[in-house]
Amino acid sequence: MSNLQHKLDAGEFVVTAELPVIDGGGLVEIQRQLEPMRPFVDAFNATDNPSAHAHCSPLAVAIGLTQVGAEPVMQLVCRDRNRLALESDLVGAAMYGIENISCLTGDDVTAGDEPETRRVFDLDSVQLIALARVLENGHYLSGRPLSPAPHYCVGAVENPAAPPYEYRVRRAAKKALAGARFMQLQLTFRPEQLARFMHAAHDTGLSQRIALIPSICILRSVGGIRFVARNVPGLDVPPEMVARVEGAADAEAECFEIAYELATHALAQPGVAGLHFISFRKDAGIAALCTRLGIAPRQERESHGHSASVAL
Amino acid sequence: MNASGLVARVEHAVKKPIWGCQMCGQCVLHDTGLTCPMTCPKTLRNGPCGGVGADGHCEVKPEMRCVWLNAYERSERLPLWRGHIDKVRPPVDNRLKGTSSWVNFVTGRDRQVPEGWAADVESAA
Repeated sequence: MSNLQHKLDAGEFVVTAELPVIDGGGLVEIQRQLEPMRPFVDAFNATDNPSAHAHCSPLAVAIGLTQVGAEPVMQLVCRDRNRLALESDLVGAAMYGIENISCLTGDDVTAGDEPETRRVFDLDSVQLIALARVLENGHYLSGRPLSPAPHYCVGAVENPAAPPYEYRVRRAAKKALAGARFMQLQLTFRPEQLARFMHAAHDTGLSQRIALIPSICILRSVGGIRFVARNVPGLDVPPEMVARVEGAADAEAECFEIAYELATHALAQPGVAGLHFISFRKDAGIAALCTRLGIAPRQERESHGHSASVAL
Repeated sequence: MNASGLVARVEHAVKKPIWGCQMCGQCVLHDTGLTCPMTCPKTLRNGPCGGVGADGHCEVKPEMRCVWLNAYERSERLPLWRGHIDKVRPPVDNRLKGTSSWVNFVTGRDRQVPEGWAADVESAA
């Protein structure tokens, strides 16, 4: 069982983070990207061609993470692979002891720098989650035996801040039904929408069935916040937040302040199982933000054994 | 043309103008608020992706309203099949493309799923 699953099962607070994209440089590069945030993070997401830009494959990066002693969450999107390729990557991950899988639809090819690409979407994200369960039961989709049967800790993503808002919790419930154990929520700069989602998840009992992990993004510049406001599909950045960074004497400090406010707000919601951190470039202060939030380093949390070390 | 080919042509003639039918051969219109999920540019069968714009536009085709936004709203208004949108729908059988879902419904072919799916997912759901 993965360490992440162990913590989720025990109800411990978890910290996950997106590893910046890797384009080569071997384990040294993975280590370099990992190092500044490593003391605080339980598991690192190896992304799958985010924003439809090609990078080193998530399976290769996830294997690299295990080789440097870090725990991976391997993302798989439905955009680039048909069901055969998804099955083989899932089985390949299990070969290397990679159990944490995050199943996503994937940004469309039009968001990327090769928009002429053929989009696949042979499965959707719910079907991909279910596919992991099929493999866990010791056979491929066809029914052909798969031995030994792999074990996964399956994750999913939901965007609490995309319409239809009131349906998002039901879609998340469908993913839990299909077999998802945890859910890294799409980052949002609209705290009221995260609050609505978390309260609805709490009221319907969803947060008891699946570990809900809101995402916090740390940006660093005026250009950065303008970029995400324009280019990330499904991400709605309030114009006043962009203006706030534009008007600040120190844009990086202001971005950090916004991340701190959003994280504090997220931690105050019911049923929050952990936080997921994203910075689009080289680590922009995940360790500093965890410290300010009162989230203890991983080793300290593990020796205390539960979430009481998190000051909420 | 054989009989099922003729039925397919009639089905397409009826369903294309109304629902934009793509002839997937395994119709789920009644489960999705009488909105064809195959008109979603990502052909998603289980709900909207995370890329829907704040004003409800599609990530892929910004000029179009999200198909699943329509599906959800219409399913809430339907007197029948209302909760069906929450069902986990199986992967599309690509061999059925171009065939008549009416014929496939009568024969039960549209409900055939891969053996592994039937054993695990449908029994769990």
